[in-house]
Amino acid sequence: MDQPIVIVNDVRKRYRRVEALRGVSMQVDEGEIFGLIGPDGAGKTSLLRILATLLLADGGTATVDGLDVRRDYRRIRQRIGYMPGRFSLYQDLTVQENLEFFATTFNTTIEHNRHLIDDIYQHIERFKRRRAGKLSGGMKQKLALCCALIHAPRVLLLDEPTTGVDPVSRKEFWEMLFKLRDRHGISILVSTPYMDEAMKCDRIALTQDGRFLTINTPQAITSSYAKSLWSVRSDRMHALLDDLRQWPGADTVFSFGETYHVTIKNGHDSEQLRSHIAHRGHNDIHIERIDASIEDAFMALGDNNTANVTL
Amino acid sequence: MNQLHSFVVKEFRHIFRDVRTMMILLVLPVVMVLLFGYVITPEVKDIRLAVVDLSRDDLTQQVVDRFAQNRYFHLTGTAGNPTQGRAMLENGQADMVLVFGEHFAEQLVHSREASVQLLLDGSEPNQAAARAAYAQQLLLAVAQELSATMGVEPRFQIQPVTHALFNPHLRSEFNFVPGNMGMILMLICAMMTSVSIVREKEMGTMEVLLASPLPPLVIIIAKLVPYFVISFINLVTILVLCKYLLALPFAGSLWAFMGISVIYLVVSLALGLLISTLVRTQLAAMILSLLLIIPTIYFSGMTFPIESMPVMYQHVASFIPARWYVAAVRKLMIQGVEVQHVARETLVLATMALVLVSLSLATFKKRL
Repeated sequence: MDQPIVIVNDVRKRYRRVEALRGVSMQVDEGEIFGLIGPDGAGKTSLLRILATLLLADGGTATVDGLDVRRDYRRIRQRIGYMPGRFSLYQDLTVQENLEFFATTFNTTIEHNRHLIDDIYQHIERFKRRRAGKLSGGMKQKLALCCALIHAPRVLLLDEPTTGVDPVSRKEFWEMLFKLRDRHGISILVSTPYMDEAMKCDRIALTQDGRFLTINTPQAITSSYAKSLWSVRSDRMHALLDDLRQWPGADTVFSFGETYHVTIKNGHDSEQLRSHIAHRGHNDIHIERIDASIEDAFMALGDNNTANVTL
Repeated sequence: MNQLHSFVVKEFRHIFRDVRTMMILLVLPVVMVLLFGYVITPEVKDIRLAVVDLSRDDLTQQVVDRFAQNRYFHLTGTAGNPTQGRAMLENGQADMVLVFGEHFAEQLVHSREASVQLLLDGSEPNQAAARAAYAQQLLLAVAQELSATMGVEPRFQIQPVTHALFNPHLRSEFNFVPGNMGMILMLICAMMTSVSIVREKEMGTMEVLLASPLPPLVIIIAKLVPYFVISFINLVTILVLCKYLLALPFAGSLWAFMGISVIYLVVSLALGLLISTLVRTQLAAMILSLLLIIPTIYFSGMTFPIESMPVMYQHVASFIPARWYVAAVRKLMIQGVEVQHVARETLVLATMALVLVSLSLATFKKRL
């Protein structure tokens, strides 16, 4: 019971030219939501596919529910619910037909595990005679989740389930995941490129270029962000970026939507920063102390490892 | 069993919901059989004949009359000289020009030998040869008649009396129907199976199927069953059309015919399966299946007789399933031979089926 449900140990995967996974290790505990956070091409999909027994790793070992992904792939397939990144149900079959098909695929019936999907299914039940291809993006993801859950898996492997889904549906989708964890004790490994979703996970692995930058709870990751972080704005945002970077007291400068996030080196402070940019002819200067987000942590960690980070 | 059943049901739903594809599947064989067996016939009829008569007498008139009365020829006009006659060929007014020389009658009466010239449109060599043969036959008959009326003993002559067994009228559909069955069944089985499997790859659903506990064998069988059923319906349709519309004799055993057809279907389905393991897109699957049709047309004996091919090509042909199927169907349908005479064809096809099925099962990927 105490054994982690997913154990990944130094897993490597390489496609012809690209090294997708450069030796990653992690564990997912029972009943937790573990997030793989990172941009496209970080290796999230490769890792999920290896755990879903769809790809063979070039090196390292991985087990799901105590079973080896290479040797025991048949038994693993009974115990996982896998949702690929792309909508992968039959568009020309109705909602009900899709669900029934996947139920029989796993040698079960909709009725048997009805309690698991009830919360989710009620969102789409009124469309059950509609073809899956005619559903909205959010509805499709809910149906796909139902199909992945229909056989009461021990682990859910979800590859970017909320990409291309509207904000309201995204929120609903995460509430469904919480319920699955809290009420049914299902362990969930989910990947996402959205930093805001990282905070919803119990633990996350920040992923970049086939490596894990760090693995911890999101709170621990943001609070371990030691440097003081400042949000800076002015009337000439374009010129501001260069001016900030030329200031000797600036440690890191990143663009965050409408502001720049700046960390300041020891021995410098925000007043020096203000006078520096005021001296460079900026007006309307706003500088405020802010708490670090996962994204800041990601930038900082990524920056230590690779020279250039763009998100 | 439950898994297989629901998978097959799903496959049929895909087929029935794509009305256009389903119509093509069911109507294509009918159109092909009618087209090749009924409309497009290489037989020569309605030969348009122009006459250039420089001799202008009773004898030439008699010859021309005989042509005019014949049901294969009809007279389209006359020309004053060979150049004009040639012009009629060139502008498509005539298929053949019959030229009598100035001294035709004179020569015939005095030396009992006279020549006529036949000008033919040689741009279609097969047709030209057939037309020339008809005209020569007719001329021969006319010559005999004339010698009889003129009271002259004809010289020694050996007249071949041909009688084509199994197909006394040399009807072309006897050749084209078996060839077409080989082609249509191959096309539908190989193309539809490969496309339907590759579609799952392209749509991403294969990823979900593979990550499920569904045994690969169930996926494969479930993909083959619907197209087997549809091709079987096609087979029956073609048979009914052949019997009642084209009035093919159907001399042999129906059971033997069905048996060898089923083996051929399995071969074609396995080829489709094999294609699906080689490609990633529906388009590639379709192109590869269409490429399968080319050797089927050229090496099955449907267009060119196997026996007249260079030896190397004959060896190539023996690897083409349709070559054996067409041969067996000809024997069973037209010649009406006993089952043991198609034992060789059956054995070859059964071996092919076994090899291809095991090959495609072995190459079917259990992962992405």
